[in-house]
Amino acid sequence: MQALWALISNSYLQGFLSGKIYGGRLKELCVPGMNCYSCPGARGACPIGSLQAVIGSYKFKFPYYVLGFLFLVGAILGRFVCGWLCPFGLIQDLLHKIPFPKKIGTFRGDKLLRKLKYLLLLVFVILLPLFLVDIIGQGSPYFCKLICPVGTLEGGIPLVLLNRTMRGAVGFLYLWKNVLLFVTIFLSILIYRPFCKYICPLGAIYSFFNPISVFSYRLDPDKCTGCGACRRACQMQIDPMKNCNHLECIRCGRCEKACAAGALKSGFFIEGLKGRKDGAERSLRESPGRS
Amino acid sequence: MIRIRRWLLSRAPGLCAALLGIFMMIYGLWRGEGEVVLAKAIRICMECIGIG
Repeated sequence: MQALWALISNSYLQGFLSGKIYGGRLKELCVPGMNCYSCPGARGACPIGSLQAVIGSYKFKFPYYVLGFLFLVGAILGRFVCGWLCPFGLIQDLLHKIPFPKKIGTFRGDKLLRKLKYLLLLVFVILLPLFLVDIIGQGSPYFCKLICPVGTLEGGIPLVLLNRTMRGAVGFLYLWKNVLLFVTIFLSILIYRPFCKYICPLGAIYSFFNPISVFSYRLDPDKCTGCGACRRACQMQIDPMKNCNHLECIRCGRCEKACAAGALKSGFFIEGLKGRKDGAERSLRESPGRS
Repeated sequence: MIRIRRWLLSRAPGLCAALLGIFMMIYGLWRGEGEVVLAKAIRICMECIGIG
């Protein structure tokens, strides 16, 4: 599903041959995941790039359209987008499959570092494009410009390779962004989805919707044995027995697959979420040796 | 019917946020934000690719 969505989002294949990007009206529409609109294959607009474009425009300062889109997608799917509809998530998933002597699950400061994406969202996506403006009141997309490795990978590298004029314009910023991309790639081999965990402002926005989204997880307290298989299966280091709709959950479904008792269910039409924590705690109390 | 009501109640915050999102999108498109997005998306974003 991830590969199919990445292909749909980047279906302008002739762009990869010509070194030019798609310029049709479809680009007025945002795609749900991180997908740079300067990727030669991109058919839609990146929501984070679009958010900064509207915030930074001299004409509008509040991005009703893009924020509305993020509200709609987030309220329906939450971070399901991160798990299934993000091309950069797929790339990180594939990179993490590369064998390495020591993979890192968690480390000291991991929890604190996960807050970084909220800070980046606030500073680089909202405040800087809003206030650091030029003479006509136009702000730059600072997150894209200084941090985002997605644009370098999907747009920067192919366009510079395919376009001679671009090659002539390469400078320090390009080098800096390539260093960031290299670090992201290397860390993705070691750590599961480091960009999603610590950097992604889009994931930060969707995370606010995880507890209320229509697509959700439910833990049946009567079926839960408290064995902890779901917690061990989770590569985002969440304990679904405590909160199966945690802000960090990317809805990959590994916990649901790992649950032999069938206590975890996900979907649009599963019933309420009440009592999940209490139920799990009760299960743990009843079988403390199995936790 | 009771199950539908229970489902609607349990999903009320999400459904309200989705509805709010739709209204915001319509308002944003009506006031021309779509053109800003389009103008940015159809040209190569030099900042995004690390050149600008």
